[in-house]
Amino acid sequence: MKLYELAKVVRSKNAGPYQITLDVIFDNEQDFRTFTESGVVDVAWVAEKYRVPEDEVRIIPYPPAHAVKITIPRRTACGSPDDMDVYGAQQHGPLLDLELPERSGATAS
Amino acid sequence: MNDVTVLAASAILGYGFDESSLARGIDRAPAVIVCDAGSTDQGPCDLGSGSLHMSVEAYRRDLSLMIEAGRRAGVPVVVGTAGGAGIDAQVDTLVQIALAAADGLSAPLRIAGIYSEVSQEWLLDRLARGRIRPLPPGSEPLAPEVIERTVRTVAMMGAEPIERAVAEGADVVIAGRTSDTALFAAVPRMRGAGEGPAWHAGKILECGAAAAVPASAGDAMMAHVGETSFVLEAPNEARHCTPVSVAAHALYENGDPYFLHEPGGTLDTSACRYESLGDGRVRVHGSTFRPADRYTVRLEGAELAGYRCFSLAGIRDARLIGQLDDYMARVEAIVRDKVDSVHPELSRDDYDLDVRVYGRDAVLGPAEPFRERENHEVGLLLSALAPDQARAASILGVFRAMTVHTDFTGQAGLCSNLAFPFSPSDFSAGAAYRFNMRHVAELDDPLECARIRWFGAEPAERRPAGTGARAR
Repeated sequence: MKLYELAKVVRSKNAGPYQITLDVIFDNEQDFRTFTESGVVDVAWVAEKYRVPEDEVRIIPYPPAHAVKITIPRRTACGSPDDMDVYGAQQHGPLLDLELPERSGATAS
Repeated sequence: MNDVTVLAASAILGYGFDESSLARGIDRAPAVIVCDAGSTDQGPCDLGSGSLHMSVEAYRRDLSLMIEAGRRAGVPVVVGTAGGAGIDAQVDTLVQIALAAADGLSAPLRIAGIYSEVSQEWLLDRLARGRIRPLPPGSEPLAPEVIERTVRTVAMMGAEPIERAVAEGADVVIAGRTSDTALFAAVPRMRGAGEGPAWHAGKILECGAAAAVPASAGDAMMAHVGETSFVLEAPNEARHCTPVSVAAHALYENGDPYFLHEPGGTLDTSACRYESLGDGRVRVHGSTFRPADRYTVRLEGAELAGYRCFSLAGIRDARLIGQLDDYMARVEAIVRDKVDSVHPELSRDDYDLDVRVYGRDAVLGPAEPFRERENHEVGLLLSALAPDQARAASILGVFRAMTVHTDFTGQAGLCSNLAFPFSPSDFSAGAAYRFNMRHVAELDDPLECARIRWFGAEPAERRPAGTGARAR
């Protein structure tokens, strides 16, 4: 299953002029756990996909909204001449197609 | 204390709101009507050039309705980060719109403009005194040269200047650069609400009905703020709040959903509980606010990067698409040589040539995993950045012409390689800026760099100044 099939929301946005924040929001706690327990998205994965230093990646699970937040540095300040996405609005692409492992022993509900 | 009701008109002034939502909000006896008008999200242009984020007409529509509603309810209207970046001229623009709206009312309005620009002298002085520090992560100490080449700097104010203006009897407050959250937290703080609930409610209200279901950035939202908790309510009957929709809003445009740094301290939502009241309203418990050791305001500066001219075109020849990097490298070498002779006064560092390939990697750049996928068609955005507009256009002309006519492997003879959508093909885009500060200034007094100027009516006696305001 791909992440966009499991998640309710996959989005990106500026968090101030120097950071991009990626939100993955699930419909319910079970889907949230399926994702977080799969362990497929960790700091190393984000750093490699987004070409950013590992020590500047933050991954913050946020159970109250069944969500995971990923915050990374921008390559350039928002709206600089070499910026490609002023609002940081389309940086979630690499997350969408992420393949989630089948859960062993998962039962159909 | 009674709960203090704050009515947010919309997410951004000029985005619009449903008039009936505002009217229903007014029926719920708000203490203040608030709308944020800006951000850094749109980039440095509004700060550098003074361009407006939305049109004067869009501001007039929303602000006039808010002012009428404020007069009906007898409560102040507060707008922050006027015009998009909150520069002094943008405050003046909204003050003029507010004055014009006041003309149609029976009683004159007392309008406070709060200005947030800081001068180079002030910045250099604070820097020399060690009162400006970088914000982690990845920021260097501020260099005096950066200050000297900055065209404009604003200091993002907290809640205190808004509170002062309201306490001194403002019917309308038009503030320069302001923390979005502080705009909404100000009046609840003045009237005895808890700091945690006041700031947390502010964080949710600053995006209008974005925390409701269905979400909207263009509609009103309301919070009833108490000492230890607050209640969110969507005035538009077509929307409601759920514990998840309210909790989820802490994620939006925020690097961390649990902590939000404000000039005077940090909002902590990690112990929050979101309780459905069963009627589309949600009560939030457990928000706390931890005061900072030092009061700091974030500095936002913009410097001129140059003037831009650009051209957009398509390529529908797969042979060329397959060798585009090599092709553009050859084009650039030809263009550089030609510009050397057309503009001998320019060195090669005085201007930039930029190409973006839409359909390939123009959005993610080096992070694009599908860069090598075969495309039948791509869009090419060619741009030139130069010291003035005329030379940007001149250089872009050469860049565009050489990109059209350079030969490539597999295509012999003179050919034309770009499909232009428009005639003329080149567009002058004006000045381009870049943000150049990632720093805060420590203040001894929260009002130190916020200057209040009064417009409209003389001070009125009808509202006792300083009701419930924190004594300063």
